[in-house]
Amino acid sequence: MTRETAPPTTGLPTSGLPATGLPANGLPPEPLALPDMAEAGNASGARALIAGVLSSWPARISAAVLALIVAMAVTAPLLGTVDPVQLDPSIRLQAPSAAHWLGTDSFGRDMYSRIVYGARVSLAVGAGTAIAAIAFGIFFGVLTGYFAWADIIVMRFMDGLMAIPGILLAIALVAISGATITTVLIAIAIPEIPRVARMVRSVILGVRNEPYVEAASVLGTGTLQMIWRHLLPNTVAPLIVQGTYIFASAIMTESILSFLGAGVPPETPSWGNMMADGRVYFLLKPELILYPGVMVSLTVLSVNLLGDVLRDRLDPRMAKRL
Amino acid sequence: MMGFVTKRVLSAVPVLLMVVVIVFLVLRLSPGDPAAMIAGPNASGDQLAELRESMGLNRPLLEQFFLWFGGLLQGDFGTSLISGKPVAELIGDRIGPTLWLSLVTIVIAVAVALPVGVIAAWQQGKWVDRLVMAASVLGFSVPVFIIGYVMILVFARILGWFPVQGYKPPSAGLWEFFSRLVLPAVALSFPYIALIARIVRTNVIEVMGEDYIRTARAKGQTERGVLTQHALRNAAVPIVTIIGVSIAMLISGVVVTESVFNIPGLGRLMLEAVLARDYTVIQAVILLFSTIYVFINLAVDLLYGLFDPRIRY
Repeated sequence: MTRETAPPTTGLPTSGLPATGLPANGLPPEPLALPDMAEAGNASGARALIAGVLSSWPARISAAVLALIVAMAVTAPLLGTVDPVQLDPSIRLQAPSAAHWLGTDSFGRDMYSRIVYGARVSLAVGAGTAIAAIAFGIFFGVLTGYFAWADIIVMRFMDGLMAIPGILLAIALVAISGATITTVLIAIAIPEIPRVARMVRSVILGVRNEPYVEAASVLGTGTLQMIWRHLLPNTVAPLIVQGTYIFASAIMTESILSFLGAGVPPETPSWGNMMADGRVYFLLKPELILYPGVMVSLTVLSVNLLGDVLRDRLDPRMAKRL
Repeated sequence: MMGFVTKRVLSAVPVLLMVVVIVFLVLRLSPGDPAAMIAGPNASGDQLAELRESMGLNRPLLEQFFLWFGGLLQGDFGTSLISGKPVAELIGDRIGPTLWLSLVTIVIAVAVALPVGVIAAWQQGKWVDRLVMAASVLGFSVPVFIIGYVMILVFARILGWFPVQGYKPPSAGLWEFFSRLVLPAVALSFPYIALIARIVRTNVIEVMGEDYIRTARAKGQTERGVLTQHALRNAAVPIVTIIGVSIAMLISGVVVTESVFNIPGLGRLMLEAVLARDYTVIQAVILLFSTIYVFINLAVDLLYGLFDPRIRY
């Protein structure tokens, strides 16, 4: 029997498919493997990595789509847009015209401008969440992986956090703390932290007893230096992969939260808000929901596809499993 | 075996305790005063103080926690701050639609994903497999409510096969019940079909490389027999896991779906509670979903032991 027995699920479950938006990494729990040396060599040069990732057509197309969306977000004011929050009830629910390329919504706001500006909100929330979740995840992962005294308490806490459905926690957090982009970002990031922490912890536990770490220890390397120079570099590859998926799922979750009315402030031009506003008129004018819906789907899809390719290159053991 | 079961069951206890603590802390320590939110901006200082008093918010945090926790242990989830009804009663009224929706969804997801995953594994690398893999990424990436709205548009609005929205209990008649549940369940099943099909595919592919598969073929077993009797059975552990995980996650996907299809279940109850700042209800619903999550994972772990006697912790 060469097949591995299933990894033990500790107190708590498994992988991180937040709520309804599912990132592609719904794996059973498993200690993450280190990239082998050949792959590590591959990953060492950012240029080589990018060239490798872009060697397949789906990845190239996803990268191009994503680049377009980023460009759209950055240059939003230059793209023939008008003020995306300007109300004009006299022209509500209009069909596309020269003045309003995609028509207007139920408040008479320009759909095209809202779509273009919506990219800003989605990308900001996605990137902000990924950065926040990874930063805190590294902190708790190192704490629990390197310092045994912290392990029991913090990991119990993380297990508890993982058991709470992320979307419900986020809805409650936003409802209580008030709807701002920052709260939404924090609310989406918190449920992601335990998963990052677990991964960092398992990588660190895996290399702690490696001869090179012991050697460094014998040579009197300080704790911080040890963590920074010898332990953390091992987490970079899996963190890039995980960060990509968090980015995608955060964009999805933001749209869900805003759609449910527990997201960014209602006047913010975000894709989720546009869909929330379009609900009442959906049967009359489906494009109120479909246009922003397509944007969310396209963005999440291209990030997920890039994530899959990154995972194949950076994390071969995980790639084999899915 | 009993030792394993006991140990695993006991390990769920600290997790549940942590959930209780976190849910309490999240609601109490977040910026924002529940009393002020309920009272509204026009409330006077006296009214606020009175409200805090009646909600028990002016007692020490630890005392509040133990009062609440003590109630939970006795099955008392408190009373709704808005309607004054016991929270347990509110949940009891709304749990039916949610359970039905979850059940039908997971049945659809498994019924579609198992064959699709096995076929993709069997045709590995061929166009069927590529199509399945491509479709599964799509399934992960399109928000459930978009799928839901598109289905309403096509099947209810344009084709007129099903009612647009709403819910009827099974007691209202089988067609009344199912015709309203089909669209939401199918819409909600997409990401889980994608997820389960992928895991089935990966694990069947892995198993297909084993010696006993070669042996089965050598003794003249048909290809279908190899797939269903040998490959699928040996790939069962991860497949059961992912189905369990799906059920556990499904519960929160329900919130969105209920909202799109106007189904009066627990998800809607939660949203209504959030909009009304009904803290006791929010706490109870989150706690309920988390507990279900922990227990499903517990069940999955115990099933591991059944399927694969080698697994012991």
